[in-house]
Amino acid sequence: MELTLRKRKRNTIIPGFSLTLGYTMLYLSIIVILPLSMVFFNTISMSWSEYYETISHPRAVASYKLSFGSAFIAGLINVAFGTIIAWVLTRYEFPGRKIIDGLVDLPFALPTAVAGIALTTLYAPNGWIGQFFDFKISYTPLGIIIALTFIGLPFVVRTVQPVLQNLSKEVEEASASLGANRYQTFVKVILPELYPAIITGFSLAFARALGEYGSVVFIAGNMPMKTEITPLIIMTKLEQYDYVGSTAIASVMLIGSFVILLIINIIQWQTNRKFNQQ
Amino acid sequence: MTKPLEVRDTQVNTKVSSKSYALQESAMIKWMLIIISLIYIGLFLILPLLSIFVTAFEKGWETYVASIVHPDALAAIKLTLIVAIIVVPLNAIFGLAAAWAITKFSFKGKNVLITLIDLPFAVSPVIAGLIFILLFGAQGLLGEWLIAHDIKIVFALTGIVLATLFVTFPFVARELIPLMQMQGITEEEASISLGASGWKTFLYVTLPNCKWGLLYGLILCNARTIGEFGAVSVVSGHIRGMTNTMPLHIEILYNEYQFTAAFAVASLMSILAIVTIIIKNIVAWKAKEV
Repeated sequence: MELTLRKRKRNTIIPGFSLTLGYTMLYLSIIVILPLSMVFFNTISMSWSEYYETISHPRAVASYKLSFGSAFIAGLINVAFGTIIAWVLTRYEFPGRKIIDGLVDLPFALPTAVAGIALTTLYAPNGWIGQFFDFKISYTPLGIIIALTFIGLPFVVRTVQPVLQNLSKEVEEASASLGANRYQTFVKVILPELYPAIITGFSLAFARALGEYGSVVFIAGNMPMKTEITPLIIMTKLEQYDYVGSTAIASVMLIGSFVILLIINIIQWQTNRKFNQQ
Repeated sequence: MTKPLEVRDTQVNTKVSSKSYALQESAMIKWMLIIISLIYIGLFLILPLLSIFVTAFEKGWETYVASIVHPDALAAIKLTLIVAIIVVPLNAIFGLAAAWAITKFSFKGKNVLITLIDLPFAVSPVIAGLIFILLFGAQGLLGEWLIAHDIKIVFALTGIVLATLFVTFPFVARELIPLMQMQGITEEEASISLGASGWKTFLYVTLPNCKWGLLYGLILCNARTIGEFGAVSVVSGHIRGMTNTMPLHIEILYNEYQFTAAFAVASLMSILAIVTIIIKNIVAWKAKEV
């Protein structure tokens, strides 16, 4: 990381640069960078074969597939319904709209453990919703997807909503006056404007779902090879004092998350550049 | 969130001419989308919330109250509040400092710094707990030194605070940076060129300008602090009445099949979540007014 303290462009008269930047760097290092570097520090102490054996253990591989797969499906569900909800909330007037708008934030505000036990009870075979289905939902991968969908909903709605609000009506009017019907206008004019927001929302929801623990442990049933998510494997190894093993698995998850974070940032930089060009 | 005037105009048009369907969806599609949204939100958000309160009161008020005034529950509530009182101000001070440095000055590597601040959002809470075990645990990097000096971090309040600080690290900074970026530096420059000190400028110019954004960040940070489960679960050690926060207490009760008690404590946290959402909306509404 290249960070020079030299001020560029112009000399500002505002004081406090070294104080605030210094404090920011110090606090960031103590709380985030130093602890996080422990994962790589501890991974390096393992031999390559030992590391590979731990991360490619069938139980671990099954958990990656489950975690990535269910987070991906939950993300897609949220893209579809999140976009519809964002559309409905910005474009239509109907009774209870404001309450629904506020409720979208519930997954941000509700503790994950509370969401976990509530969803598990609802979708259990004798639960309010579970009783209507012949097959099990709680304690299966389907239950995991439901919990992750709950957690991820606000991300897509809250990234798409402002873009929809700021979309100028003139563009739609131009499209309509040139003879496009509503469907064409939506697919060819509105949707392309929404793509960056939808992809950002999806990535945020996906990243959150990948690491999610609290809401999933209750509904998953936690059967090895079947409904065991990767964070749970890290947890189980920790409880068995297998610090090396849990760190190895954690390093795989971290790399996966960093790649996603990188993708989000690249999309945001490109979007910013596009807007700056306009 | 009032609609722009043009939208209302087109709505009037839909009634007048059939041609304006090119600008507005047909009523059937409109109501279909609304109904889909309502069903989705009903099924995923409202029903779970409702089920918490119904289950909590299943065995009546007395059981409900007894579950909450139980010494272990009270100890968990107290610990959760202590953690919030320490964590939220610390991350708020950091958020203000980071936003000041990033938005009032230009320097190389700013984008990298912003990405690093966002980093904890991409890290699983379980890993957030794990890294503090690796650092301060008995087998950790500083483990022996800590034992020799009789300092307890892991399985104690300090560990819970550190893990929570990590998880909620970006909340305040993330709200403040875009807001202060938009507000620019002209007001601060004016204040300083008129002879005010840096602190005075911060207190009387910057802070009033960004107070709603700050409050918004504080609320989100607080909600996550109180509800954090994964990270705290790793570092707490689950010592009842000692290092159990509210979410961990709910887990223990639930795993012991004390469902009513678990949901009673959960309902308390749900009320807190609802209050959080209400305050958040008031703040968002106030911020728009300014």
